[in-house]
Amino acid sequence: MIERTVTIVNSKGLHTRPAASLVKTAARFQAELTIRKDNLEINGKSIIGVMTLAAEQGSTLTLVLDGPDEEEACRALEDLFRRGFDEE
Amino acid sequence: MDGPHTGTETVLKGVAAAAGISIGPAYLYSKLIPRVEEKSIAPEDVASEIARLRNANARSDKELQKIHAFAEQKLGSDNARIFEAQLMILSDTILMGAIEQRIARELKNAEFVVADEIAKYKQIMLAAPDEYMHERAHDVDDVMNRIIRNIQDQKLYSRLEGASIVVSETLTPSDTVLFSRNQVLGYATDLGGITSHAAILARSLKIPAVVGLRAATRSIATGDRIAIDGYAGVVVLNPSDETLQALERKKERFRSFEERLAGIAPLTAETPDRKRIELSANIEFDAELEFARVQGSAGVGLFRTESQLIGRASYPTEEEQFEVYRRVADAVHPHPVIFRAFDVGGDKLSPDAAHEANPFLGWRGIRVLLDRPELFLDQIRGILRASTRKNVRIMFPMVSTLSELRRAREMVARAKKELDARNLPYDPGIKIGVMIEVPAAAVLAEQIAAESDFLSIGTNDLIQYLLAVDRDNAAVAPLYQQFNPAVLRTIKNVIDAGHRKGVWVGMCGEMAGDPLATVLLVGMGIDELSVVPSILPEIKKIILSIRFKDAKRVADRVLEMTTEGEIRDHLSSITRNKVPEIPLDE
Repeated sequence: MIERTVTIVNSKGLHTRPAASLVKTAARFQAELTIRKDNLEINGKSIIGVMTLAAEQGSTLTLVLDGPDEEEACRALEDLFRRGFDEE
Repeated sequence: MDGPHTGTETVLKGVAAAAGISIGPAYLYSKLIPRVEEKSIAPEDVASEIARLRNANARSDKELQKIHAFAEQKLGSDNARIFEAQLMILSDTILMGAIEQRIARELKNAEFVVADEIAKYKQIMLAAPDEYMHERAHDVDDVMNRIIRNIQDQKLYSRLEGASIVVSETLTPSDTVLFSRNQVLGYATDLGGITSHAAILARSLKIPAVVGLRAATRSIATGDRIAIDGYAGVVVLNPSDETLQALERKKERFRSFEERLAGIAPLTAETPDRKRIELSANIEFDAELEFARVQGSAGVGLFRTESQLIGRASYPTEEEQFEVYRRVADAVHPHPVIFRAFDVGGDKLSPDAAHEANPFLGWRGIRVLLDRPELFLDQIRGILRASTRKNVRIMFPMVSTLSELRRAREMVARAKKELDARNLPYDPGIKIGVMIEVPAAAVLAEQIAAESDFLSIGTNDLIQYLLAVDRDNAAVAPLYQQFNPAVLRTIKNVIDAGHRKGVWVGMCGEMAGDPLATVLLVGMGIDELSVVPSILPEIKKIILSIRFKDAKRVADRVLEMTTEGEIRDHLSSITRNKVPEIPLDE
């Protein structure tokens, strides 16, 4: 199991489209993805779950990955956050 | 189709949102919230219960795909995006998997589990403090109701039986889009403004609409015979034969008038004795620009930049705003466009919404902008960067003191320096204007004019503040008088004050688009009128038909009058006399 903290860098925050890319990326891997923010914990492979995260620019999330390909999944997700979901 | 003429004629007054007249049966549309009962199922029924859920999802997906495609075609892909989120929820395998597991484990009916499971997410969204998340909760709600309705195998409710006038509390974009695939004769809603998505869609579909009727859904029942007048903003329940005849005549008059108006769109708005009026359009979304151009506008006299805040969690960045402003400035070129800085607070949506006991006297317009310099500077830089073709102007809302104007001008100077440092081009001579909508600004118009490039009178707020009348308060609404002598004298003073300081004076409030006011305003010396695009040809026709010399005489006479009734009578007889083809309201 890996745990990582990531920051939202794109200006619009985690709105619908970034949420969709996040879910799509997570779905490529077998590893389970749990996302924690404040007191909330949601399944990162569920779009409705990710949509409940009111995450604006600058806010941080904790990603918890668990599964055979967790390393690889973690790299892909961290990269996605770093690129600001290719929003701008 | 004709129902019996029972009941007496009742006139409901609202706000004209899309032009046109229709008569027909009402269809009362209330958001059908499917009733969900918790039921136990037998273990052997689990498979069929899950099959019901899957079928319902497939049907919901098909419905939404259709709405999405239709919206894309009618509203553009930006506005259609609201339906994409709903489609994604439908294909959320984690969510659907959890629902199926619960059906099997708890032995409960599918609709109950769907409602219960989705409600968890909805509650989290509703608990968030920002508007954006609340909008998301509506999406979640919408999609949940759609699935449940399909599980219960109910028919799609947005389907009209024959041609009808849709009466509802409010209309969501998806309702509007769906209805417009049927035979809609008109839209009448309790809530909403002329700038709502539904209103914009109605205008582009040329379906009459009246919004802000307040109690239409309580007064009208499905099957009632009603008439909708999208010119006057009126709905008539049980119209008498006389009313019907009058409406038919009005419809005919407008139809022939509109045909003749088509020819005047390319003409310059100028009186026969060569007094030119800049006749421009009030715009909220850039999708309206094309319509404004077809209607013959000479530029945009008011671009409401707040439209960028709809459905967002945060203010748009400089870059995002620049994109919007540049697109608008390019589309309008060579004509000018006036961008009004964010007028948030009061009745307008605001991502920073704070609750105020008296928002109209509170934190809004320039007051917010000066308290939020970063936000203000982002916007000014966005506007400046769009000004390279020299057709962009900037205007400040809700100014009530000179120091506010000076501080705002300093912000513009600072934004210019910042752009210089970044080597980005802009129009160094960009014109800066002030919206005159607070009585204090009207009183100080000459001093304000001395430090600005133009003034634009915002009549909606000016009249409310000047007459101390909240026009949304039914108890005092009749006291909201556009032609109150105090209002007219104030307008005249502002125009004269501007001219003494050598700046032009325009008007962008509702009064600018009232055909009854045109002769008077021209006579008082107004330089620019910015109006909703739909009324533009009528206003132009009046300007083309009356000599400035005569209009001045009318204004002088009206300014001597002491009651609004007398003024209205006089103006309506003058207008009828000079431009008999203009269809005025009785």
